[in-house]
Amino acid sequence: MKFNRRGFIGTGMAATAVVGAPMLMAEGKPRVVVVGGGAGGATAARYIARDSKGAIDVTLVEPSRSYYTCFFSNLYIGGFREMASLAHSYGKLASETGVNVVHDWAIGIDRDARTATLAGGAVLPYDRLVLSPGIDFVEDAVPGWDIRQQNRMPHAYKAGSQTELLKAQIEAMPQGGTFAMVAPPNPFRCPPGPYERVSMVAHLLKEKNPTAKILIADPKNSFSKMALFQEAWGRYYDGMIDWIGPDFGGGDVSVNAEDMTLTIDGEVTKVDVCNVIPAMKAGRICALAGITEGNWAPVIGHTMQSRIDQNIHVLGDASAQGDMPKSGFAANSQAKVAAMAIRGALTGSKVFPAKFSNTCWSLLATEDGVKVGATYEATDEKIAKVDGFVSQTGENTEMRRATYEESLGWYAGITSDIFG
Amino acid sequence: MRGWAPLVLLAVLTGSATFAEETAIGIGDPARGERLFQQSCGSCHQVGDGATHGTDEGAGPHLNNIFDRKIAQFADFSYSEGINRARRDGMVWNLGNLDAYLTNPKLLVSGTNMNFRGMEDAGDRGDVLAFLRQFSSSPQDIPEAAPTALKQEVVLGPEVLSIVGDPDYGEYLAAECTTCHRRDGDYQGIPAITGWYEEDFVLAMHAYKRQIRPHPVMQMMAGRLSDEEIAALATYFAALE
Repeated sequence: MKFNRRGFIGTGMAATAVVGAPMLMAEGKPRVVVVGGGAGGATAARYIARDSKGAIDVTLVEPSRSYYTCFFSNLYIGGFREMASLAHSYGKLASETGVNVVHDWAIGIDRDARTATLAGGAVLPYDRLVLSPGIDFVEDAVPGWDIRQQNRMPHAYKAGSQTELLKAQIEAMPQGGTFAMVAPPNPFRCPPGPYERVSMVAHLLKEKNPTAKILIADPKNSFSKMALFQEAWGRYYDGMIDWIGPDFGGGDVSVNAEDMTLTIDGEVTKVDVCNVIPAMKAGRICALAGITEGNWAPVIGHTMQSRIDQNIHVLGDASAQGDMPKSGFAANSQAKVAAMAIRGALTGSKVFPAKFSNTCWSLLATEDGVKVGATYEATDEKIAKVDGFVSQTGENTEMRRATYEESLGWYAGITSDIFG
Repeated sequence: MRGWAPLVLLAVLTGSATFAEETAIGIGDPARGERLFQQSCGSCHQVGDGATHGTDEGAGPHLNNIFDRKIAQFADFSYSEGINRARRDGMVWNLGNLDAYLTNPKLLVSGTNMNFRGMEDAGDRGDVLAFLRQFSSSPQDIPEAAPTALKQEVVLGPEVLSIVGDPDYGEYLAAECTTCHRRDGDYQGIPAITGWYEEDFVLAMHAYKRQIRPHPVMQMMAGRLSDEEIAALATYFAALE
């Protein structure tokens, strides 16, 4: 299928090109199965069901009854947010838009038969499949760590019990103890996330354990909002945080969960809490479906269709799409483009040029928020960045407070946009 | 769309297109400006020796030293939420912003309490600003003070204002807005954008697009919207309850 961009250029008017012809359905309504009920999947299910006004049968497969947002989970660690405030159920998705919510795991995709098989045994036929499974961790990415050690050394990079565990461990640290983080290599979910987390851990420790130390082993030379984080760490948590980049061995790490040691560039350090955030890859269902290249699932930016199977759309963290970061905001934005394309393909509704955007807020300390954002459009090669901005160092306290309050508004807005 | 008569008329009379090329002009005749101020502004605003904030319902703050002052700086004056937001966004009363505000207050600040339909004639605005300028520090007193010549801009031309929005396109584009601005109109930290008059919406978006209004997210989001897309969004959101 070719996407004709010529209709979009020239007039700048609302283009009405249709992606492909409407499918002729032999048996009843067209069926969409969405796997993964996070920012990408739940948004796609909601928009397809709501905007098609019942013309498309939408099933959402999500194992959790309550979804804990990864975004804002660092604020729970810092004490700015209750865990319960991060939980969202799927009731409104079912009651307001008619999405069939199935709490189960998808364990196999038959691309020829166009069916998704669930762990509970159900086999769901689809005309279009949306995969939005988020991330899994790359095996053996951090020597000495695997899922069996995640209670001793939590990743806390899928929000919920892991986040609560990590916070409990930080609160139980001995006075003057050491919190260590093994930061992930690019690309990974939520680029500012590890560094916002460090800020929130430092905030918590400053109150409860002011002589404690924070050690970050990082394989990257630079990271998102680096100047803003470093300025804040100097201002609020001076002397507490030691960031070890790759020039000093930050990329050469191993852990021993039994001994609670972290080895950086051959030097063994005993730590009290060790937050291991391993390298990431697309949620495993993408590999099972056979649509990954390397660790991620490549997609066509215009529609978020898999480059390997155009009956499948991949959203959010799992996709390799170009310039957008792996964030909840980005997944939500991509879901709307995919929903439009899917409706266009299945019911012939109008299709407009893909537009994407993203903004990531981070909290540095009490009422000190910063943000980075950009707009994107689809080219034939990728999703390409058009324009962007980032908060500046040295901004005044009122602006930072307004940015923080804006982030609260955004959280309320996007969760209502995703879950109803 | 409703309520465009003054601006449309202005654009027709002057033959201007959207945001014409900037040309610096002196800001005008302070003596004539004083007369215009007394006619149009003086019932709500005071300026000069002994000026105080208005105490009547709907009256405004005094205007001494307004040039280059940050917006909404008086602790003893109760501002609208829109004005307060502009302060948080870092807006300053420079010459361009004052001129935009006088042209149509809603261009610069949606939801302002300043109940003024706007001063359509650029010459009139320049005269009023020249009068007000006398009560603020001047370049000769402070070398880094802002210029007293205005980069003249025309607000919006009729070909932009007469565009009828496509609600289907608006519905799609709106999905990008509703990540932050709630569709149900609830407000928390980020303003509601449902149920606005279309012209207010169009003005606001063009002001962000042209970076007359601050706020980097909105400048970025509006910056890539075409005139048709802004019209489509205005039509769509105006219809939401």
